[in-house]
Amino acid sequence: MENILAQAKKVAEEAEVFMVSSEEIPVQFEANRLKHIQSKQSRSLALRIIKQGKIGYSATTELGDIQRLVNNAVETAQFGTPSKFDFPPPTSYPRIEVFDPNIESVSLEEMVRLGEELITIVREHTPEIVCEAGVHKSVTSVRIINSRGGQVNYGISTFSLSIEGSLIRDTDMLFVGESESSCHPISGSKAVAETVIQQLELAKNQASVPSQPLPVIFTPNGIASALILPLMVAFNGKTVMEGASPIGNRLGQPVFDQKLRLWDDPTIDYRPESRPSDDEGVPSQRTPLIEQGIVANFIYDLQTAALARTRSTGNGSRNRGGLPSPSPSAFIIAPGNTTFDEMVNDIKEGLIIEQLMGAEQGNILGGDFSGNVLLGYKVESGKIVGRVKDTMVSGNVYQLLNQITAIGSDAKWVGGFLQTPHIYFPSVAIASK
Amino acid sequence: MNHIEAIGHQLAEVIKGYDADYIEAHLEQSQTSRITYRGRDLESIGKATASGGNVRAMVRGGWGFVSFNNLDELPAKVEMAVKQAQFVGNEESKLASVEPVVDIVPSEINRNPVNIPLAEKKKILDEYNDIIWHTPKLQTSIIGYGDSHRKLIFANSLGSYIEQERMDITLRLTAIAIDGSEVQQAGLSLGSSGDFSLIQGLHHQVEQMSHNAVELLSAPQVKGGEYTVVLDPVLAGVFTHEAFGHLSESDFVYENDRLREIMVLGKKFGSTELNIVDGAAVPGLRGSYKYDDEGVPATKTYLIREGKLVGRLHSRETAAKMGEKPTGNARAINYRYPPIVRMTNTYIEPGSVSFEDIIGDIKEGVYAKNWYGGTTSMEMFTFSAGEAYMIRNGKVAEAIRPVVLTGNVFATLKNIDTIGNDLEMNQGGGCGKGGQVPLPVSNGSPHIRIRHCLVGGG
Repeated sequence: MENILAQAKKVAEEAEVFMVSSEEIPVQFEANRLKHIQSKQSRSLALRIIKQGKIGYSATTELGDIQRLVNNAVETAQFGTPSKFDFPPPTSYPRIEVFDPNIESVSLEEMVRLGEELITIVREHTPEIVCEAGVHKSVTSVRIINSRGGQVNYGISTFSLSIEGSLIRDTDMLFVGESESSCHPISGSKAVAETVIQQLELAKNQASVPSQPLPVIFTPNGIASALILPLMVAFNGKTVMEGASPIGNRLGQPVFDQKLRLWDDPTIDYRPESRPSDDEGVPSQRTPLIEQGIVANFIYDLQTAALARTRSTGNGSRNRGGLPSPSPSAFIIAPGNTTFDEMVNDIKEGLIIEQLMGAEQGNILGGDFSGNVLLGYKVESGKIVGRVKDTMVSGNVYQLLNQITAIGSDAKWVGGFLQTPHIYFPSVAIASK
Repeated sequence: MNHIEAIGHQLAEVIKGYDADYIEAHLEQSQTSRITYRGRDLESIGKATASGGNVRAMVRGGWGFVSFNNLDELPAKVEMAVKQAQFVGNEESKLASVEPVVDIVPSEINRNPVNIPLAEKKKILDEYNDIIWHTPKLQTSIIGYGDSHRKLIFANSLGSYIEQERMDITLRLTAIAIDGSEVQQAGLSLGSSGDFSLIQGLHHQVEQMSHNAVELLSAPQVKGGEYTVVLDPVLAGVFTHEAFGHLSESDFVYENDRLREIMVLGKKFGSTELNIVDGAAVPGLRGSYKYDDEGVPATKTYLIREGKLVGRLHSRETAAKMGEKPTGNARAINYRYPPIVRMTNTYIEPGSVSFEDIIGDIKEGVYAKNWYGGTTSMEMFTFSAGEAYMIRNGKVAEAIRPVVLTGNVFATLKNIDTIGNDLEMNQGGGCGKGGQVPLPVSNGSPHIRIRHCLVGGG
């Protein structure tokens, strides 16, 4: 890497070399049985240069061909965006634990046993269910060096366990699923299995809903599937700078219900989305985004921050070696003080949304969503009475989050990128067959 | 660099000497370039090269798979894949038999798009961006252009050795209009299997797209509920891909007894006018190729003929397990992934009815156009239009906000009551499955009419 940096400095004012290498082992179960074991070794090397004030970029997997890497970067720099930032000089990074050496010693046998145990528990509850499951571990190392002497070097381990079950009766299909991830090895499958079994229990009966606005509780999975993507786009400093974010000119103003608190946090120990530094060498920080309903910050990488005349929030993300752009690490929604049971008890007629399908294909920028209830339950007089089907739920994220009945006391990680409690809304539009 | 061919020939020999039921190897060398615009100016531009490969082994029905960038010490990688497969396998290996093939397949495109000067690519994108920015009330634009050139080498333990060259181009333009707190967008997605001229000369379409985004600002939202819906060829193509195509992928079906009952060949799925096809052997499209990633020759497969289910898409494994013929549909997005059953070019064959006749007797309905997105959970699907209009008294009437359509696949296929005469293929899509996204595919259809379709509104 030092060699590449030296070569690049001969032809450009500034340069940065980013290298990521990883080894992943996914163990996959299909149709309730062990099917695949894989080993994926990969590496990627990216060179970013600033030449005559413009950004050039190239990437490769071939460590031997330095000249081509440098030439490609020089060629693209002719057309590149004018650079407005400096690469970070040497600095100190927060101590964030994201590597557990025990991951390396988890054997294939143990991974297989974990997946088998998970499927067995779920099938003891519902023998005719067909499960796909995955047990996945990885070790990744990231290194960044730049021409100002900045240096980052860290390793991260991840382990995850996931299951999706389908239950088909005639042409009726039910889909359930859950996953868990950590930088530590996961030693038991009970927590994941219990969630799936609860979904199966609640979905045993079918219930119908009228086409009218009703109170709705979004579960953590439901929030991830319908409400969070518009926020991730709207708080992105790039969207804000372009004037395309509906909250871009509302900094410091109340836009959301005052119960709502949201922040971006890559500093939590042993979470797969955590890291000491972002992909440009900017130290990780916790960034408040919504405080008591007020828009508090947007997220930035170096270039976007410079253009917006602010500081990078350490959200420069390169997705394995592409050019950096602002991207959330993990969104955290603060828990409230209402239990899930209290929410359900409060509803005379309403819905619980666990999974909304297709919600993220509408007008995301405007916050509109509209999706089919893939997994959701009907509530009648404070009781969950069964699963709903053929039902569309639609609304606008900004309208919904401006009037929240209650926030749950039970925050949970979903898909690694979001920690959220249940959220209970007074009225959401429903269309049903 | 002919280096990768040399390694390919070595690897072809190495994989013959192991205690496994089947071994295959892939090598890939790729060049790509990408240009993105966000707003008035070019945002990023980059070029990349990559090389890597994988080895996949089958032992007693279990699979092992090792992927790598480092092309050294290949025998150790083969050994690891075999060991993994031995660890998994506990039944009989079943793969549909295919004649070994030795072939070299150059691309039909003469001009490698990656080698077209960046200045030439930038010039055309600048022209499109200018058109968007000259539209009043438009706030901003997003443009993503990408091209790739890939050399693929496939070898297996049965003696197949295939070199293929593939190219791909994608272009997506988005125009974003803002009025107060209202944000609306319109998009255009295009692609080609390497022919750069197909993304030139789109000035008129870009202008139309920009106006659409602005018009949406003042368009009302449709009231949610059931409507008679007419889909344009682009959206009907997405419907065919999402709602039906994925159900035809046998890896969903072959080990799922209940799904096998639903997808029994010969079962009636739609009216006798309905014919649905998938095939990489249909030439010149983004989903076209000569051999799939298991070395199986491409075919053209009827999935539905005269309303009846007559075929499905296979890998060698799913074909063997279902006692059917392989169709050449095993594809991997790149060497980091094993091939899985995927679609290629999927479309509804044209019927005989004109667009005017399709909408002629609709009193109140929805005309949904253009692709925005779509997904499926096998039984249920949702897909979203990029553009929508009310149909009133047999005429296309006022523009409405883009709609999301949803329904049960089986009921909806039966509810297709009219098929137009105007087949068009859409090359702008990319398909995702099993973490492998975006795979180059195309899909298409004539205009179609669906009765009793659930439309999501505000």
